[in-house]
Amino acid sequence: MQHFEQEIATLKERLLTMASLAEAAVNKAIKALVDRDDDLARRVKEEDNAIDQLEIEIDDMAIGLLAKAPLARDLRLITVAMKISHDLERVGDEATTIARRSLELSQEPQLKPYVDIPRMAKMALEMLDEALGAFVSGNAEKARVVIPRDKEVDVLNRQLHRELSSYMVERASTISRCLNLMVIAKSLERIADHATNVAEEVVYLYEAKDIRHSGKGQPPPEP
Amino acid sequence: MMAADITRENQAPAVGPADGPASAPGPAPAPPPASAPPAPAAFQIRNLNVFFASNHVLKNVSLQVEARAVTAIIGPSGCGKSTFLRSLNRMHELVPEARMEGDIRLFTEDIYAPAIDPVVVRRRVGMVFQKSNPFPTMSVADNVTVGLRLNGVRARSVLAERTEQSLRMAALWDEVKDRLRAPAVSLSGGQQQRLCIARALAVQPEVLLMDEPASALDPLATAKIEDLIVELKKEYTIVIVTHNMQQAARISDFTAFFYLGELIEFDATKKIFTSPTNKQTEDYVTGRFG
Repeated sequence: MQHFEQEIATLKERLLTMASLAEAAVNKAIKALVDRDDDLARRVKEEDNAIDQLEIEIDDMAIGLLAKAPLARDLRLITVAMKISHDLERVGDEATTIARRSLELSQEPQLKPYVDIPRMAKMALEMLDEALGAFVSGNAEKARVVIPRDKEVDVLNRQLHRELSSYMVERASTISRCLNLMVIAKSLERIADHATNVAEEVVYLYEAKDIRHSGKGQPPPEP
Repeated sequence: MMAADITRENQAPAVGPADGPASAPGPAPAPPPASAPPAPAAFQIRNLNVFFASNHVLKNVSLQVEARAVTAIIGPSGCGKSTFLRSLNRMHELVPEARMEGDIRLFTEDIYAPAIDPVVVRRRVGMVFQKSNPFPTMSVADNVTVGLRLNGVRARSVLAERTEQSLRMAALWDEVKDRLRAPAVSLSGGQQQRLCIARALAVQPEVLLMDEPASALDPLATAKIEDLIVELKKEYTIVIVTHNMQQAARISDFTAFFYLGELIEFDATKKIFTSPTNKQTEDYVTGRFG
């Protein structure tokens, strides 16, 4: 069914374009924060529109493809593509949140060197990149190993939360900056969650197993 | 406008090829008006009404068939879709007591004009049927060239070239190139259907009409026919009647929904199958009736 395969290939290509835009947005937002670069932060906000439009385009393509009554893996691919596009749209929104907060933060002197936030960003983006790589290569195992790493990002987020809380208690003048940094850390934690979702979708696509909500990355126990 | 003259002497047989000498061309078409779009529609159908005796089978149908695209005709049994298809190449004239009114233009030419030979129309507008019908007494190659030979083409090199070309276009060449002399009926069902497509293509039509071409075939053969149709539309205009809506969704660009002889909705295929405007269309495509 060559014509259908061509359409599926186009759908995948649009999804990967969306993924690269979303990853680039997060990277730029963190760079805008670290470099205190307001222009870059503003560009992230503007470029979010392209990511949103891709979600609309992909969902529209997907529903047209569903009308052709695909089955088995083709059917799963289309529903998975719709879900991944939603996760990527949310990643784009989180990047915009980070950019907005970075604009707020650059109004005040930098509180401390940024170490943990770039580290969280690197972890979350690696997770997302590897989940998408598994989608492209058809490797469910590669997707499964992404999932447990979500815990590490959660741990870092809580650690940063505690550290910022003690800053705020000691000096009220830091409250505004700490809150903004907490929001940024939360956004990165959410991005890691979305990467986990993508990984779960990839496992569903290639193994036809729904591993959501069933314990991190392991197949559900036999009944 | 004018009723078809079904008692005309030089009627062609039910399948594509002409059985008489090629007739003189009809009157030259009027030059298109200055504001006409660059590419004319393959068919412009206006106020088409078809009657079988007193039975009003098609009621005031108007639509435009785009060139080099696939237009699907869907609707429940008895809705008039096959009658509609056959009016596009004057096939209904072979049915006793059939009468049509209205205007049908093939690339701006009125195919029902008095000077037009229906045989010529049927060469320009080929047809493929639900049950494949290769001529049983002929070989594969002879089936392909029958239309050409009946039109007086004798040169072996031309016939051989056109045989290969048509069989390639019908995605059948590789499977039959070593048995062109074999009886056509020795081919599988799916192959016979592609042979009928090759036969229609051999006389170089502009339009291919297909009446449920894959409904008698297994899924693999059906997939081959569908791939073939999508490939053919690069060169040909295709109108296909199908009761398989997912097939229409897969291969067509435009879809017309008929019900009880009326055209209910006509739109881009994706629109018809994802968000039809008319409730009857929605009820039909979701299987609520028909």
